[in-house]
Amino acid sequence: MRAKYVLAEMLVGLWRNVTMTIAMIITMIVSLSMLGASLLMYMQVDEMKGHYYEQVEVSIYLEKSIGDAERSAIKSQLDADPLVKNVIWETKEMAYENFKEQFRDAPDLVNAIGADELPESFRVALENPQEFDKINAAYAGLPGVDTVVDQQKLLQKIFDILGSIQNLSLVVAGAMGIAALLLVANTIQVAAYSKRREVAVMKLVGASNWFIQAPFVLEAVFAAVLGSILAWVMLVVGKIVLIDGKLAALTDLLLPVSWGNINLMLPILAGIGAVVSAVTAWVTLRFYIRV
Amino acid sequence: MTKTYPKASRPSLDDVSVSIEKGDFVFFIGPSGSGKSSIVKLMLHEIKPNKGKVIVNGKEISSMRGWKIPSFRRSIGCVFQDFRLLPNKTAYENVAFALEVIGKSKAVARRVVPEVLELVGLGGKEHRYPHELSGGEQQRVAVARAFVNRPLILLADEPTGNLDPDTSIEIMRLLDRINRTGTTVVMVTHDSNIVNQMRRRVIEIEGGRIVRDQARGVYG
Repeated sequence: MRAKYVLAEMLVGLWRNVTMTIAMIITMIVSLSMLGASLLMYMQVDEMKGHYYEQVEVSIYLEKSIGDAERSAIKSQLDADPLVKNVIWETKEMAYENFKEQFRDAPDLVNAIGADELPESFRVALENPQEFDKINAAYAGLPGVDTVVDQQKLLQKIFDILGSIQNLSLVVAGAMGIAALLLVANTIQVAAYSKRREVAVMKLVGASNWFIQAPFVLEAVFAAVLGSILAWVMLVVGKIVLIDGKLAALTDLLLPVSWGNINLMLPILAGIGAVVSAVTAWVTLRFYIRV
Repeated sequence: MTKTYPKASRPSLDDVSVSIEKGDFVFFIGPSGSGKSSIVKLMLHEIKPNKGKVIVNGKEISSMRGWKIPSFRRSIGCVFQDFRLLPNKTAYENVAFALEVIGKSKAVARRVVPEVLELVGLGGKEHRYPHELSGGEQQRVAVARAFVNRPLILLADEPTGNLDPDTSIEIMRLLDRINRTGTTVVMVTHDSNIVNQMRRRVIEIEGGRIVRDQARGVYG
């Protein structure tokens, strides 16, 4: 009976003030979907780092004029190095084969390069991919070494771009989040004002505090949960239209965003939204209107 | 017990000490601003004293924790000059509302509300809205709402302030009947007619102090 009363009061409150309710829900959708997008991006970058760092190697390119003694000196130093996980010696012929494979769609390019022109190299997988600097310092100056290239650096640029998109969406999420909270506080104040007579009588006859406050707090929680469901729908639409649609070409490089991660956003966003707006509503009731 | 409002130059109630027995009928009288309404607020725990204690129904409420106040208030009924009825509810719904919000079932309301409306003399007008009732009838609804929970104490803050003399007398008869059921009635008023007619205990307050406490007093 009491639950029914509280729910009915909640719906009456939302409906009586419907324009404000809609504004509250819209700001929550924008804020929560931005938050969800940046969380997804964070998870994505994490997954990509794991995926690519496994494969990424340091290439030590050798000079064309290198002698066998120098080559085997470098090889044995690499074999003994504790920073190195494993080493592959890529001969000129292997480099050419890989090159042909990689650019098989561009035969002109392949024809332009002779089998002899690509440098031989050691492809080195590191125990810890972050320790490129040490490898570079140890091998760049050795006789017979041309250059030491960290393939990770190339990826780092992509991660930096993703990171700044992520920061941008966090800023937007934060700004919209503040707007959403202010709207929650305002909506609760208006709702409490429109029911001030009822509230006064309830206090007078000794209705418990939670009973008086619950409908108002639930109004905010309801809006937050609805907002987070719609924000999740936005993320789903975003995946279908953008990531799997227009930007599908990019996902070869960036790895596809999994449905599992997208679906994980629903409980996370609903939880964050509900808790934050419930606290806001409660604080508003407690400090601004003393319901 | 002393109560000073913030920003006030002198205490609203200055070292006042008064005790009211169970079943008493007490008038607090005095000019506007004398501090008599503060007594009602103190008894309801709407305000707290700066010094001293307020003990109601054997409980010291001046130091009561916030979450205990609602259940304490259920033992007190309240009537005000401005009735404080909900305009969009009928007489019956106004009284039932007081029961509903403290968790009583609709079945209890269906049994008790008509009874108490009958008691205050509103039998047959249960389904009128406040604007369809006279001032006296509205105050009866308010009394019914205050009494429906069978409180130990009925506080009345100028209950006849908005009523004509004849209607006021009727309300007083009603309060008297409630008092005879064993309910303590504490009434704040400056209606001399009523005080003189009832011949009950009169406590006169002036400038925050008790200047008179008389067992079967008149307005003076």
